Order: sequence, then structure tokens, then C-alpha cells
Amino acid sequence: MTVLTFAKAINEALRYEMRRDERVVVLGEDVGVNGGVFRCTEGLLVEFGPMRVMDTPLSESAIIGVALGLAANGMRPVAEIQFSDFIFGGFEQLVSNVAKFRYRNAGHFTAPLVVRAPVGGGVRGGMYHSQSPESYFTNTAGLKVVVPSTPSDAKGLLISAIRDDDPVIFLEPKRLYHSLKEDVPDGEYTVPIGKARLVREGEDVTVITYGATVYDALAAAEEVEKEGISVEVIDLRSLIPYDWEAISRSVRKTGRPVIVHEAQKTSGFGAEIAATIAEREIYSLEAPVIRVTGYDTPYPLVHEHLYLPNKDRIVNAIRRSAAH
Amino acid sequence: MYRLLVLTRVLDRYLLRLQRMGKAALYAEAMGEEAAMVGSALALHPEDVVFPSYRELGVFLVRGVPVSEILDRQLNTVDDPLKGHEFAVFGDRRFNIVPAPTPVSTQIPMAVGYALAFKIRGERRLVVTYFGDGATSKGDFHEGINFASVFKPPIVFICMNNQYAISTHVSRQTGSATIAQKAIAYGLSGYRVDGNDVIAMYLVSRSVFEEVRDGGDPVLIEAVTYRLGAHTTSDDPKRYRSEEEVQQWMKKDPVDRMRAYLIAKNVIGEEDDRSLWSEVEAFVSAEVERALAKPGLEPEVIFEDVYAEPTPQLREQIEEFRQQLRTERVMRG
Repeated sequence: MTVLTFAKAINEALRYEMRRDERVVVLGEDVGVNGGVFRCTEGLLVEFGPMRVMDTPLSESAIIGVALGLAANGMRPVAEIQFSDFIFGGFEQLVSNVAKFRYRNAGHFTAPLVVRAPVGGGVRGGMYHSQSPESYFTNTAGLKVVVPSTPSDAKGLLISAIRDDDPVIFLEPKRLYHSLKEDVPDGEYTVPIGKARLVREGEDVTVITYGATVYDALAAAEEVEKEGISVEVIDLRSLIPYDWEAISRSVRKTGRPVIVHEAQKTSGFGAEIAATIAEREIYSLEAPVIRVTGYDTPYPLVHEHLYLPNKDRIVNAIRRSAAH
Repeated sequence: MYRLLVLTRVLDRYLLRLQRMGKAALYAEAMGEEAAMVGSALALHPEDVVFPSYRELGVFLVRGVPVSEILDRQLNTVDDPLKGHEFAVFGDRRFNIVPAPTPVSTQIPMAVGYALAFKIRGERRLVVTYFGDGATSKGDFHEGINFASVFKPPIVFICMNNQYAISTHVSRQTGSATIAQKAIAYGLSGYRVDGNDVIAMYLVSRSVFEEVRDGGDPVLIEAVTYRLGAHTTSDDPKRYRSEEEVQQWMKKDPVDRMRAYLIAKNVIGEEDDRSLWSEVEAFVSAEVERALAKPGLEPEVIFEDVYAEPTPQLREQIEEFRQQLRTERVMRG
């Protein structure tokens, strides 16, 4: 075990895989000499050289399209998009090309690539450095979508993503990069894609979340504990595929689901979870499903603490749920 | 070479007719552009990799794709190598052809990445990507060629300038006098070739391909040609171009030109030519009959190849779909 920040854990995963497998290459804007604007690729250029750590032109569509070509031709590329807010320049590549590649050619060629991108708010980044675009990708067949929330999961899930035979959108909550440290397993360590993490056990209310809001949910759970409300917190970790077993097990126990994410409410991933609960577990419910999310506005520069699903908003939702 | 031109022309006419008969959903004709396809593809080595757009029938035939497989694709028979997942765009690992996406130009950055992997591994192999004149207006053309100009992987960009993107003339795509000159802005070489001259296309391609295989910079080739047919079977070209214009280009029909050349040079006689056409016609016709007799694909194929392993969510949907099929079968008796 070594104490690592979230960003260092990403770095460790990349370095481990690049040492283990020479097919793994990294490409993106400022990932080489500069080590990435969040320092996730620091030191990789020196160790692996410019053929495996490629500083690219400012060209999101080419970064993703080139990564797809590399993947189709036997490499294991990890492309970095500097902010997920800039991923839309490569959106057509992701949606039309990457996601449909295996299907379009009936498995003759495959697309084992990872697109990493920092996601979410809380860093005073304004409209174009704070968005949570995961639903665009969860609504696209052929992609997997992963959002780790701890340094250990960041390492274990990124290694799994690199080894996965399908394209993975790997969204890294940027406000956790340097604010969080924990013991991370050394060497070989993988976390399976598609398995949720039970963060906190409880009896009365289930909070289902992912990414940075896991910590807001935990803080809210601690607060309502004092009032005698026992809260279970589930970190989905992976949205496509998602761990329905973990959700249903908890909802059957508590009957009171609260779903939390930063992305805007309408058509957010929470809607998918809520709909599936309605389809499968409606008779287990003791209270309506409640969503605590970003609002249906562009991400605001000012008052972002009020926009984000913060602890107070989650506490409020838990109380409303528990009142039923 | 001439035989391949004839085969492309004959098969193209059959594929068009099959669509008109309602046997296929859509077809994008190759007529008029056969020389640019056949001439460039003949200069490829088997280990080179092609990223076509959606019209390069002649390229597929030169690569050795059997006519039967192209028909399986077009008719989505039980033997369709791409399982009916998309329109009749051919692609197959055995022939080093990566199937094209329909969104124009999106194959270009991917082709650059594919070539880059050859460079990283030090393999002496080439990637060629084809696209139309309309594609040069899209961001992915510029992002792809720009990326290639920095990393210099072994790639050749071939623009099939057939004068039209559906109804829009190339003069409405760009203010540049030529497509080839766009290479200059990226620090690369551009060649403008008479795409209706199969020998010119072959010779230019051969020397360019050899140079790029040997580590030369990427190259852009503009093949100046003309789409004699419609854009696809959903298009009516009479709406946007004159009969006179089409007649002018008919005089430069690449198949006729090669025939006239071979006859003038006494390589073949009129009689040889007639028997070649009827032999090819008979061969294709028999292949079409065989393909038409084949059964279609099973419904379950729509769930194949989404992921290496279906997600739990997808598995549930497959089960639901099977249930539905069983119910329908029972209802139908």
C-alpha cells in the first residue's frame, strides 16, 4: 500500500499498464512534456518516450479518431480529453465511430480504447470546466461509462478499462484529483467494471450516487444519523453497465431511494435508475424516488455551491424520504 | 486491369437493379469512378489497409473480395459477413478493409491512427483512405490530415473528386481551385490526377505508395472524376445537373476509354471485348441468382457485436426479445 492522491493513482495505473503491456500508449493535449494539466501523466514521457506518450495537436476529434485507429490496429490507447467540457469536439467520433465500431463491422475489428476526461464542478471552473456529460454517453450503445470516486478505484478501474475489449469513457471527478489521499494497493490491482461499492451501510434510506457527490452523500448521512435516520450509500462506480443487483438489494431493504448526481436533472442518469426502480421494485417502495441533481441550467460560474447537490440539499432529501 | 473495370461496371449495374427490385435497402453507385478505384487499388499490397468511404466497389474487387460476398452484404443473406448491421458497405479483416462509417469524413482520423500503429511498431505497411470532395469541407478531414502532418504515419489520402456531394457542386464546397492544393497548407504533397484514366491513376498511386511505405510523408491525391449515376438510390440527379453536362462526362467514361485504348493498341479486338463482357455478365448473373436463393439473417443478430460480452442490461433485453419472438411464433401458429 502507498498513500496516493486521486491524480497520482491515475498516474500509477497508467505507468503500471504501460510497463506491463507495450501496446498501451497515451495521447492528448499537453500530456507529454507538461504531464497533463492535472498532472495525471507526469513522468510518463521520460519513461516511455514520444512514441508512447504523444503530445497531440489541439484537436479533440483527431485525438479520439486516432485513438480508435490505434485500437483497431492492435494498440491499447488511452486518450486524454483535457476537460470533459471539450469532449464535444470529438463527439461525432465517439458516437458515430467509436461506439458503433464493433457492431458496424460485426467484430472483424474492435475498439479497445479508453477516453479519460476530468468531469464535474466544485473548482470555480465556470461553464466550460465543470460539466458532467455522462448521460450523452450512457445513451449511446457500444460505450462503457465509468466514474471512480476514490484513489484505489481510480487505479483499479482504469487498469480494468485499459484491459477491456470495448471502448470505455473514463470520467475523473476533477475536484477529487488533489483533495483526496488514501492507501492504494501497490502493483497489480483491478476493480471490475459494472460492480457498485457499498460505501456505508444503513437501514432507512438508500442514497445512490457516483463520483464526487459520494462524499456529499456521506456527509449528509453522518448528519442525519444524529436524528436517528440510518442511511445506506451506494457508489455506482460504473454507469454502463450498472450494478442493478446492488441497487435492488438496498432498495428492498430501505424502500426509500434518493439518487444524487451533479449532471442536470432532466434526462440525467438518475432518471434511468428511477425508471428501473419503478419497473422492478415499485412494491418495495415506502417513499417516492427523490433526485438531487444539478439544475436544468448551464453550469453557473457564481453560486456553484448552491447549484451542486451539496450536503444540505441531500440532507433535505433524506429527511423528506424518511418522513414517509 | 480492364477486366476489373468491366467487372466493377457490371456488378454495379446489378447492385443498382437489385435495389430497384426491392431486394436491398440502399445502394451508392460506382459508375463513372471505376478507374480511380481500380487504378489506385491495384497499386496496393495485400498487407496494406484500406479505409473506404461508401462507394469504392472497384477497390473491394481489386482487393480480392469475392462477388458472392459483396452480394451477401448487399442482400443481407445468412452469409452476410457483417450480419446486416449496416448498409452494403463492405469491410473485412481478411481483405484488410475497415468498413466505412456513413457520417462523411469520420474514417479519416481513424485511418491516421491505424497508420500510426504501423509506425510505432515499425511495420512497413501503408494505409489508404478514400473520401469524396464533400468530405474535405468537414472538420475530420482537416483534423486528420493535420494530425498526420505532425506524426507522419504511412498514410495516403485519396479524394475521389466526383464533382458532387449529393446535389452540391464542388465549387460550393470550397474556394480553393483544387482539392490537391490543400495539402500544401499542411506541409504535405498533393497530386491532382485524371481519375478517369486508369493507367494514370495506377502509376501515380504506385509511386506515391512506394514512397510513403519507405517512410515518406503522407500524401494527398485528388482523383478528378465524375459520378455518372445518382448519389444513392434515394437521389434524383436530374434535379441539380444538366443532361449536357452528364453527356460531356459520358464521353470520358473510364471503362470506354480503356477499351478504346486497348483496341487502338491492338491489345484486344472487338470480338475479345464482346466475349469479355458477356462472360462477366454471365458470371455475375449466376452469382446474383445464387445469392437471391439464400435465406436471410436470424432476428437475434441485432443483438450481436454490441460489446465483447453483452452488459447485464442488454442480456435482459435479449431475453425479452426472445420471449416476444416466441409469442409471435405461437400467435402465427
